[in-house]
Amino acid sequence: MGICEILHYDFVQRAILAGILIGAICSLLGVFLVLRRFSLIGDGLAHVTFGSVAVVLLLGISPFYVTLAALPIVIISSVVILKLTSTKRIPGDAAIGIVSSIGIAAGIILASLSGGYNIDLFSYLFGNILTVNQTELLLAFIFFIVVAATIIFFYNDLFALTFDEELAKTMGVKTDKINIILFMLTAVAAVLAMRVAGIMLVSAMLILPPLTALQLSISFRMTIIASLIFSVLSVISGIIISFLLNLPAGGTIVIINAALLLLVFGVGKISALQR
Amino acid sequence: MPLNSIRIDDLTFCYNRLEILSDISFTVNKGDYLGIVGPNGSGKSTLIKNILGILKPQKGSINLFGQSLNMFRDWNKIGYLPQRLSALNAHFPGTVAEIVQMGISKSQFQILKNILELMGIGHLANRLIGELSYGEQQRAMLAHTLLGQPDLLIFDEPTTALDPETRDIFYTQIDELNRHNGTTIVLVTHDTGLIGKYARNLLYIDKKIIFSGTFKDFCASADMTGFFGAISQHTICHQHDPSVRN
Repeated sequence: MGICEILHYDFVQRAILAGILIGAICSLLGVFLVLRRFSLIGDGLAHVTFGSVAVVLLLGISPFYVTLAALPIVIISSVVILKLTSTKRIPGDAAIGIVSSIGIAAGIILASLSGGYNIDLFSYLFGNILTVNQTELLLAFIFFIVVAATIIFFYNDLFALTFDEELAKTMGVKTDKINIILFMLTAVAAVLAMRVAGIMLVSAMLILPPLTALQLSISFRMTIIASLIFSVLSVISGIIISFLLNLPAGGTIVIINAALLLLVFGVGKISALQR
Repeated sequence: MPLNSIRIDDLTFCYNRLEILSDISFTVNKGDYLGIVGPNGSGKSTLIKNILGILKPQKGSINLFGQSLNMFRDWNKIGYLPQRLSALNAHFPGTVAEIVQMGISKSQFQILKNILELMGIGHLANRLIGELSYGEQQRAMLAHTLLGQPDLLIFDEPTTALDPETRDIFYTQIDELNRHNGTTIVLVTHDTGLIGKYARNLLYIDKKIIFSGTFKDFCASADMTGFFGAISQHTICHQHDPSVRN
């Protein structure tokens, strides 16, 4: 089956479109998270998403609305992580760990109550971009617009906050407000990325493209653009390759992301040696 | 009555129940040049962070430009250069030009160019901040602080990483800003000799205010003689002729 043939399928078109949008969202937010050493927040929120999905499935909500229904709990958890971090008595990684453990523990208990791990929960654990529905595609589109607009509108504040939070405060940046916005957007991104890569691999969607872009040692603005390009490239090629070779799309996308990182890192090292 | 740029009343700040600053009160009027000096761990940087709202005092009030710190919003009136960036990531992908312009409109490109040249880092505009030496990074941050042309400049040990030539250029520039533009300066330093040459007033703190007054008064203070020793105080006071200032 050729690439042109694959692209004729409605569900493949939908998957690629959703993948591009969600990949773009993750890569844009990921730049700020990685540079602020919040890389693992995606992992933490993904575990909370597992708990949320278990709640939603236990309540018998239609799988069509699972993504939408899981959002409130994950958004609240992101704010809890932020508040725990800002107490200064709990380090950021420990705050993520606390919320993450509670999320996964709740998920396990609720999954057990609903009669064990059913097929639906597994599809969220490992992702299945090819089953993305119209609601999720629309949600991804709306959210992409929201994230892009937020980054454009708050670009100066986000730049200052990412560079140095204390300095940003003295420049009048409302750091608390910007942090809440960033964490809440990340929560939505984690829920959406669950459909692409699965709960187990959400953090890879947030971390790998920005890390690859950072290897290029280019300006901040260009790093954001490069991160977006790497993410979109890996999503498109990942979906097509997974379809051609009958592999799981989420895993394939993440492996391509990792391969891109290794490639850019390797090329950078070689060119540094040649200088 | 001159407008206070900074007014602090009975400020007390504790960290883990340990009193770092105790009953600090002073004012900085518009156009003042205040040098804050004191030994290591005396609370100089903590005082600055309280003034800027980074830390919250347990007691006392802080007013900036006549407004309570809680109500103050005109942060573009203040330029701040920290002792060191709290956690400068060596891989931060910001160019010098991006960082110097941080929070400032791009229409001031010519001023940006001039200020980078003035700081001797014009040729580094497109280099990443993490690729620069500590001294060059500090110069870039100085350029950022000066670019917004604020009414009040607050410096916390600004010249630690600078070579003597750049340090002198820095002090001269700050002095000119103070004298010709009326920019209010608050500068924390260990460099008592140099600050004595430029600052109109000195505040010596060691958790509380030990001395507050003009440089002339500082030189005549018996308490300061006791603290520094007669020889050191003499060196500080006469190395640079203070009569030039007044």
